[in-house]
Amino acid sequence: MIRQPISGPHVAAVQSVDNIMRKVIFALLPATGCGVLIFGWPALYLCAVTIAAALLCEALCLKMKGVAAKPYLMDGSAFLTGLLVAMTLPPWAPWWIGVVGSAIAIILGKQVYGGLGQNLFNPAMLARVALLISFPIEMTTWVNVKPLLFGPGVLDSLAVTFSASVNTDGLTGATTLGAVKTGFSLNQTLPGLLYEYSGWLSFIGWERGSLGETSSLLILLGGLWLWRQGVIQWQIPASLLGTLIVFSTLFHWLDPQHYLSPWVHLNSGAVMLVAFFIATDYVTSPNTPLGQLVFGAGCGLLIFVIRSWGGYPEGTGFAILLMNAVTPLIDHYIRPRIYGRYRNGKPLDISQS
Amino acid sequence: MLSLLENPRLRGGIHAEEYKAETSGLPIATNLPLPKKLYIPVQQHVGKPAEPLVKVGDKVLKGQLLAYSQGTISAPVHAPSSGTIIDVLDYPAPHPSALPIRTIVIETDGLEQWTSLDIPADPFQLEAEEICLRVGAAGVVGLGGAVFPSAVKLNLGRKNQIHTLLINAGECEPYLTCDDRLMQERATDIVSGIRLMLRGMNAPKAMIGIEDNKPEAFSAMQAACEAFENIDIIQVPTRYPMGWDRQMLRYLTGWEIPADGRATDIGVVIHNVATAYAVYRAVCLGQPLISRTVTVAGSAVAKPQNVEVLIGTLMSEVLNFCAADKSRTARLVMGGPMMGDALPLSEVPVVKACSGILALSAADIEDPEVKPCIRCSSCVTACPVGLLPLEMASRIRVNQLDAAVDLGLKDCINCGSCSYVCPSNIPLVHYFKFASGELFKRQQMEHKSEQTKRLIDDRNKRMERIRLEAEAEAKRMAEARAARLAEQAKAKAQAAAETEGS
Repeated sequence: MIRQPISGPHVAAVQSVDNIMRKVIFALLPATGCGVLIFGWPALYLCAVTIAAALLCEALCLKMKGVAAKPYLMDGSAFLTGLLVAMTLPPWAPWWIGVVGSAIAIILGKQVYGGLGQNLFNPAMLARVALLISFPIEMTTWVNVKPLLFGPGVLDSLAVTFSASVNTDGLTGATTLGAVKTGFSLNQTLPGLLYEYSGWLSFIGWERGSLGETSSLLILLGGLWLWRQGVIQWQIPASLLGTLIVFSTLFHWLDPQHYLSPWVHLNSGAVMLVAFFIATDYVTSPNTPLGQLVFGAGCGLLIFVIRSWGGYPEGTGFAILLMNAVTPLIDHYIRPRIYGRYRNGKPLDISQS
Repeated sequence: MLSLLENPRLRGGIHAEEYKAETSGLPIATNLPLPKKLYIPVQQHVGKPAEPLVKVGDKVLKGQLLAYSQGTISAPVHAPSSGTIIDVLDYPAPHPSALPIRTIVIETDGLEQWTSLDIPADPFQLEAEEICLRVGAAGVVGLGGAVFPSAVKLNLGRKNQIHTLLINAGECEPYLTCDDRLMQERATDIVSGIRLMLRGMNAPKAMIGIEDNKPEAFSAMQAACEAFENIDIIQVPTRYPMGWDRQMLRYLTGWEIPADGRATDIGVVIHNVATAYAVYRAVCLGQPLISRTVTVAGSAVAKPQNVEVLIGTLMSEVLNFCAADKSRTARLVMGGPMMGDALPLSEVPVVKACSGILALSAADIEDPEVKPCIRCSSCVTACPVGLLPLEMASRIRVNQLDAAVDLGLKDCINCGSCSYVCPSNIPLVHYFKFASGELFKRQQMEHKSEQTKRLIDDRNKRMERIRLEAEAEAKRMAEARAARLAEQAKAKAQAAAETEGS
């Protein structure tokens, strides 16, 4: 019998935070696995180091905060952040990039705001952008596709990740977006710039790129599974991808020599990962369905603008951070209409109903 | 399309595990042994408590008036069985606080002797006012849980010339099947009750909304309504809180009741289906509301079923009848599991509002750890009203109650959908109830300090007036005295002059 008054509902709940985090991690595993498969052991080591660093930073912060670390470490949120940071890094990046990335994500991106649920910016994207600005060389060295069994062995790979002495010249190249950006600056035009590009290989993930971002197919499948599971809603991915498709189609149609086709936009860089796993981050996206549509559209538009006219080849990180900053504003202005009231909060007029 | 987005017929809500199957197939048990003592609270309705008119030692018959209604919004209570009044005392109420309220205790004599009942020859020929009068005198209140006096609603409906009577047979709470069984077994009587309500309000047509998880009840009601073209029966989707009257109205008609208004403002009156049955008993049989159907369920109950229970029976006796295991009962709930109240003890009477008694085991309720909000907005999606529960809760947590009110706290119906879906197990409804209580307390404090201030002001004015009066009186006295003295002096001087002169 209870001693304290308690309000209903008096039934067991359905979802839990831990459950949600585990489902998101599960949905990310195929794309991560694909990254390890095509970029070899260094990718796996980088993942492990980044996730371990994320957990360590989380534990450290919780200890400083004076709360029991275990329940929070077990909820999977720090693991997820670490995994997402790793997925956005170049697969052969040195170990310290992963550690610094995780530290930025967890400490500056999450814990200084007050921990889980309090952060303004998506931690993984904050880390990505901070790393990109601070360490441009390491963050833009893209290794060629080197499948697990054809690349360096288990021990040689340790050297790739943990010692900076390995010379990777001749093993690396540019990503599609990077090559196009450089080409434009040399007054080259489009169809010629993409002579190497294969739409299908890019779709399944067989191309240079970040560790877990190359396979649009697997990310899409993971995202759709999450949607079916009810973990994410359709609004943000749909409006983000929709806006990107609309604008890229329009400009590609107007000037096919200087604007990439929507297919290239969708399958390059972080767009898929961002649409399904980053932009849908609960904490940093709006609460209402309409607000989520606006948020997704803003992200899609900014991605297109930065990619087409900005200085960086890839604009997803900046786009997400900018829209994260606008989220409180969206939430302030876009609210659901309350039953029996107009949008402005005034009760309905009897004569009209 | 856009208007549909803006005014969806069905908004929010949840699909909760139903747990209805184990009781919906069993007939309503009418063989609950007559209790030795019945505890009848004088307040079982919204409004003013009834005033007892019996004394300790009085003999009462079944159905006899025990306490009469006072004020416009009130309802009388009647003796559920014949016996002797042995006490009128303050007894724990079926409420989470179990605070005592005024209760009449009857020791039953086992004779079940009815008082003389006034049964009309043809109830459907009664005047509208007469029907309302009889419903009011029988102590009928809304049996869906709101316990608003039904006669008041009928009168309001007649005065406002309503066009539709909506009968709410949603019964969306998990576990509860009392309305379902009632419709399966007593559909004809319910329809008679609905026809009487229509007549009582001079209303042209009625609509009955039944959730589509009750096909037997639906077909029984359909068969009973066949002869009456002005009564429509419509299936509605099973989705809690469909039984929220305004949600059902919006789903069936698209109409929305203004936030500051009543259903009658838009020409509708909404009654519960069990209330319709009570109206039938009150008017056609002349019987006041002295019993109701109660669902007894929960995994600590060995024989879950619906039981017809006399008002005033202790819940512990009903639970015993259904073989509830007290040691396994982790929480006792009156009503449904979503909006019902957890009771601290089972020795409280069944009242008119009690639609269910749930003895839930530890496995049923699960008391998980509360985690921080991750702003997943599940609560926003689940809210049928269109509120932002997460934002309201975060304001209340830092005691910004006015900010919570601005976000719509007063529109919250405490349906519990948000708490149910919350992955962090934040007791959102508890926050909202707390805040509402605090606001009420604050309002009362303000009222009290205003009253005190008024009294002090009055007193000061009174004292000032008394002082001024006293001063004026003193002045008058002084003047009178001076005048008298002057007169005396004058008289003396005159006398002296006269003596001198003589």
